[in-house]
Amino acid sequence: MSVAALEVRGLEVRYGPVRAVRGVDLDVAPGGVTALLGANGAGKTTTLMAAAGARRFAAGSVTIFGRDMTGADPEAVVRAGVAISPEGRRVFASLSVEENLTVAGAVVPDRALARGRRAEMMERFPILGERRRQLAGLLSGGEQQMLAVARALMSGPRLLLLDEPSLGLAPRMVDRIFEIVEALRAEGIAVLLVEQNAALALEVADRAVVLANGAVAAAGTPAEIADDALLRSAYLAA
Amino acid sequence: METLVQQVVNAVSLGGVYAMLALGLAIVFSIVRLINFAHGEVMTFGGYGVFLALAFGAPPLAALATGVGAAVAMALALERAAFRAMRGADVVTLLITSFAVSEILKVLFQNGISARPVPISLPQSWSGTWRLGELTIGVAPTVSIFVTLAAFAGLTLILRRTTVGVAMRAAAEDLEMLQLLGVRANRVVATAFALSGLLAGVAAVIWTAQRGSVDPMMGFFPVLKAFIATVLGGLGSLGGAVLGGFAVGFLEVMAQAFLPPALAPYRDAVVLAAVIAALLARPDGLLPARRGERS
Repeated sequence: MSVAALEVRGLEVRYGPVRAVRGVDLDVAPGGVTALLGANGAGKTTTLMAAAGARRFAAGSVTIFGRDMTGADPEAVVRAGVAISPEGRRVFASLSVEENLTVAGAVVPDRALARGRRAEMMERFPILGERRRQLAGLLSGGEQQMLAVARALMSGPRLLLLDEPSLGLAPRMVDRIFEIVEALRAEGIAVLLVEQNAALALEVADRAVVLANGAVAAAGTPAEIADDALLRSAYLAA
Repeated sequence: METLVQQVVNAVSLGGVYAMLALGLAIVFSIVRLINFAHGEVMTFGGYGVFLALAFGAPPLAALATGVGAAVAMALALERAAFRAMRGADVVTLLITSFAVSEILKVLFQNGISARPVPISLPQSWSGTWRLGELTIGVAPTVSIFVTLAAFAGLTLILRRTTVGVAMRAAAEDLEMLQLLGVRANRVVATAFALSGLLAGVAAVIWTAQRGSVDPMMGFFPVLKAFIATVLGGLGSLGGAVLGGFAVGFLEVMAQAFLPPALAPYRDAVVLAAVIAALLARPDGLLPARRGERS
């Protein structure tokens, strides 16, 4: 069996006295898509940010492609092959589309390779190519989401942490984003997908974990999760 | 007419110094939210760099370069020793830290070098004048204007065309996001400090070359004006800092030149009253900083 892209064990994150995440276990298979589901405030984003090295955790471990990355900072996590498209997209609004990609390319030691990837991204997402000189803050929500994904791909990751990509997007754009997730999987890039839109997430995922109040309420194949009527009504509201 | 042209040259020259100092403050503030009160001592240290290089027999131009280098080194040392540990602390904590650093450096200058001004002797020809038709214009202010313009052009190129420059602009918007992308934030922040030191060093060189001496308080007053300039321009806005610097320099020189003798002692009060009037009309400054949209 090949080594997991991401393996989280017994993760516990506290915000002051609040235990936001309590003993979460989570796996992403190499080249697989794991959907992380649950209601608002269930601890999905906190779990994802902890895996990215951006939240200190009180207990537990994070292993990325077989390397123990517990307590590592985001710089080290990115160098281990992980990229993130965070909640709210957080594109650099006052920078042009091209500059957003340039900044992310700063982690690539080879300048020519970084420039090549930037050109690749603008071909892959033609709308970004068309708007390369436009300020990212002026893009639509869907375009910003594409930019956030393209920016993440600049480091050449093997695992993408994708937080709420469909939030606030028009249905056509949501479809487009999910096509991108499928395409990434076809290329062998593993994805941890945090989503409120459970129905769509379960369609693309090969594994699903449901969080409730910071703990794992259920885990299994998408079919198992989708069939569990109680789970659906209680946590997924879908 | 002649006085007016001379005063305009002086105003642009002085405004340029304020603008460089204000820009250095704004670059650092925009990224790490530090209002750096020790910036004046960075400038002062640049002045002492010129003094020491001359004392050791360096030729004048090499001494000026040493002064600029000294300011860069001091800015980087302060970032590493004092401000890196405080990264992410709130604005007030950072401000008080920078006050402490400023006081420590002033005492070190007083006790380690001299509490009194030390002379800087540069070639006589530098303090001469040149003629433009009927007009007589000082060489030093003219050169300082060109040096200032070159500094701004260089900085603009760095911010627009280099990866680290683009990363600095990104950091000003969302430093955590930059870290999430794996970019080495410490390097970006250190570069910002180095650039602010570079600008303070150039300002120090222009200042000392025109005044002929250095003392522990040398940087304090111009940086105070630069603070006013950053607020006038819009805190955290780079363009605003430059505009504010020139505006304060211009007001000051014109007040000095054209106020009636009875009002002359109130020059700074007149200038600050004008700044307050401008801020009443535009509370966010002349060119407010654009903040990124964050959810």
